[in-house]
Amino acid sequence: MAQSAKSQKKSQSLVVNLVLILICIIWLVPIFGILITSFRQSTDIFNSGWWTVFPHKEQVTTTEIKLTTDVADLKAIADSGSQISISPETAEFIGLQIEEEMPTEEEIAAGAEIPTYDAETVDGVSATFDEFVQGVELDDGRLIRWSGSNIRGRTLTLSDNRLVWFDTDLTIKNYKDVIGGKTVTYKDGQGQTITRIGNNLGGAFLNSLAVSIPGTIIPILIAAFAAFGFAWLNFPGRNILFTIIVALLVVPLQIALVPILQDYVALGLNGTFLGIWLAHAGFGLPLATYLLFNYISTLPRELLESAYIDGASNFTIFIRLILPLSVPALASFAIFQFLWLWNDYLVALVFLGEKNKTVTIAVAEMVGEKGQDWHLMTSAAFVSMVLPLVVFLALQRYFVRGLMAGSVKG
Amino acid sequence: MVPAKNTKPNKSGIIGWFSSTIGQILISLFIPSITFIVLWQGYLFLQRAKAPQIVQVVVAIIWGVGGVALLYVVANWLVLKLPKTWSKRLQPFVFVGPAVAIMGWFLAVPAIRSLVSSFRDRLGDGWVWFDNYIYAFTDPRMLETFRNNLLWLVFGTSFSVGMGLLIAVLADRSKAEVLYKSIIFTPMAISFVGAGVIWKFIYTYKGIGANIQEIGLLNAIVSGLGGTPQPWLSLSPWNNFFLIIIMVWLQTGYAMVILSSAIKGVPAELLEAARIDGASEARAFFNITIPYIKGTIITVVTTIVIFSLKTFDIVRVMTGGNNGTNVIANEFYLQSFTYTNKGRASAIAIVLLLLVTPIIINNLRQFNKDRKGF
Repeated sequence: MAQSAKSQKKSQSLVVNLVLILICIIWLVPIFGILITSFRQSTDIFNSGWWTVFPHKEQVTTTEIKLTTDVADLKAIADSGSQISISPETAEFIGLQIEEEMPTEEEIAAGAEIPTYDAETVDGVSATFDEFVQGVELDDGRLIRWSGSNIRGRTLTLSDNRLVWFDTDLTIKNYKDVIGGKTVTYKDGQGQTITRIGNNLGGAFLNSLAVSIPGTIIPILIAAFAAFGFAWLNFPGRNILFTIIVALLVVPLQIALVPILQDYVALGLNGTFLGIWLAHAGFGLPLATYLLFNYISTLPRELLESAYIDGASNFTIFIRLILPLSVPALASFAIFQFLWLWNDYLVALVFLGEKNKTVTIAVAEMVGEKGQDWHLMTSAAFVSMVLPLVVFLALQRYFVRGLMAGSVKG
Repeated sequence: MVPAKNTKPNKSGIIGWFSSTIGQILISLFIPSITFIVLWQGYLFLQRAKAPQIVQVVVAIIWGVGGVALLYVVANWLVLKLPKTWSKRLQPFVFVGPAVAIMGWFLAVPAIRSLVSSFRDRLGDGWVWFDNYIYAFTDPRMLETFRNNLLWLVFGTSFSVGMGLLIAVLADRSKAEVLYKSIIFTPMAISFVGAGVIWKFIYTYKGIGANIQEIGLLNAIVSGLGGTPQPWLSLSPWNNFFLIIIMVWLQTGYAMVILSSAIKGVPAELLEAARIDGASEARAFFNITIPYIKGTIITVVTTIVIFSLKTFDIVRVMTGGNNGTNVIANEFYLQSFTYTNKGRASAIAIVLLLLVTPIIINNLRQFNKDRKGF
């Protein structure tokens, strides 16, 4: 009985872990996909999925067959829907991927045999044009396929299903292109060279820092002062003011965008760092004040009273006592606010716009303009994610603590 | 910081001169003016600087953070210069004043200003009274956004919370709990814009044609299973769900972390007693764990509901609100910045505010209940 209970528990834990591993894989695959893609050559990205960097079976082209002009009017044949017959007489073989190594001259002199490549023969195949375009399987498993969908192409490829281990050409060119601001050139799916203006993500990265660092510190400083005031100082209107702050906790910031933008245009603050710091301070302050109030108001009363008795002023107490004691709460909120600011799109879009672009704006712009340049977009997305991911993974514990405290009490 | 430092030696040094009221007043005017000039010069420098970007950014950071600190120091110093009764009366406002002023300017007053302009026309010149609200509640565009936000609210919230709860419960029984939880939590660090790129790549569609190899994961899976690739993001109304999945991917981690810590708070004896009484795991979960963490579930649901009402970035980046995926916040953005219709934009913002009002009221009620220390 005990034995079976134990084994039941074991199998249960196996199922639990399998389910969790499955969920985790699903969660990670999207990130993994763009990480791999960002290191692939642009032409490869256009032509095959990122998972092809892993070992897989693939149709590898071995021979190209050019139809001789004997097959007279291909178009008429195609239009009538009748079959095109390909036999060694009508086909002319070109290009052959030589996989065996050619012997060196000395080896030949020593009597080595020179491999002769008969063109791989195709015994007569007959199929309609559409079937050729889809690919016709030969008896030996090879696939013959019309290359392109144009009948005038007259070229067919012969391919074999082989296991490909790893033949991907990885590069960091995508990152170089996307970080720099100069013009970039790359090849698209058809091998054509395309020239575009770079995205200067490096500059955007700096701008994001200039927004996020003061945008984090300023509201925390202001909120800490206010939280101290609300928690330990007496003044008329204290209750009503703090109640308003609690009410403001979940007010959508959309409510403020139009009027504040109007003020900013009038004051000349639009597009400036000062403007966006103030905006982020305004939108972040209710939560910051509320959280820090909750923390600071629980500090032991005796501690402050003894400081007052020693003749310390409110300001000294705040700087010397309250701030150092509140470091855990300040750190939690700082991480919270930093990630929020770094990842913010709406506020930056409205108040900074084209001037002083942040990374989120730069990446969003790329998605809008260059919807198919995956080699640039994936590397840009990754550049935008690096810093928050590092901060997040390094300081996750603080972040979680802030998150717990910040959940709007239900 | 310069002016603040200069005053210190003076204070102890030339006490005689200082005690004269004239000197006091002059100093009190002088220091703030210096502060103001220093900060203003910094602002101007940042405005027209031609220095390399990295220098500008460093200066901006120092100027911004230092400036705020300096303002507090100077304001406090100034208040302490006043007669004692006044300085005692005013000092609390040095502490709370800036925060209250900024919140007033950026949230409280705009709510009233938006309310006023929601009754005015597109440029804010004349009164149109309820026209903007009639638009907001009857126009087919707006009705579509309401439908979509409802989808986001219902499915986004329930999937995020459901998945979060499932993972929290399962991870609680596994030895590798921390690892699983950090993996699920990681997307929280990614911006919605970044997540947009990630998922757009999954949904990407190459088009119909012979021998096209799909590079989007979803279409590759679908065609691998013998289906036909689809342009997922243009398939209304299903495209909404493809967008909601992104939110679930991002928010499950949040729900999981909060719920996981609540689950750990369920007393083990309670569960053990239930098991001894012969309750199955499922029964113990639904009859003990769930009621025990009900409060936390409500909190998480509330937070994600607010989030789904305000959803903007994902829609903006993925579809721009086209193909039947528009949401309230995106329509607000379009009205205010693309169509420059201030009246309608304000009305939509007010609608958004009305939607979260029950939550505000609940928060206030809760706060009033809790504030014994106030």
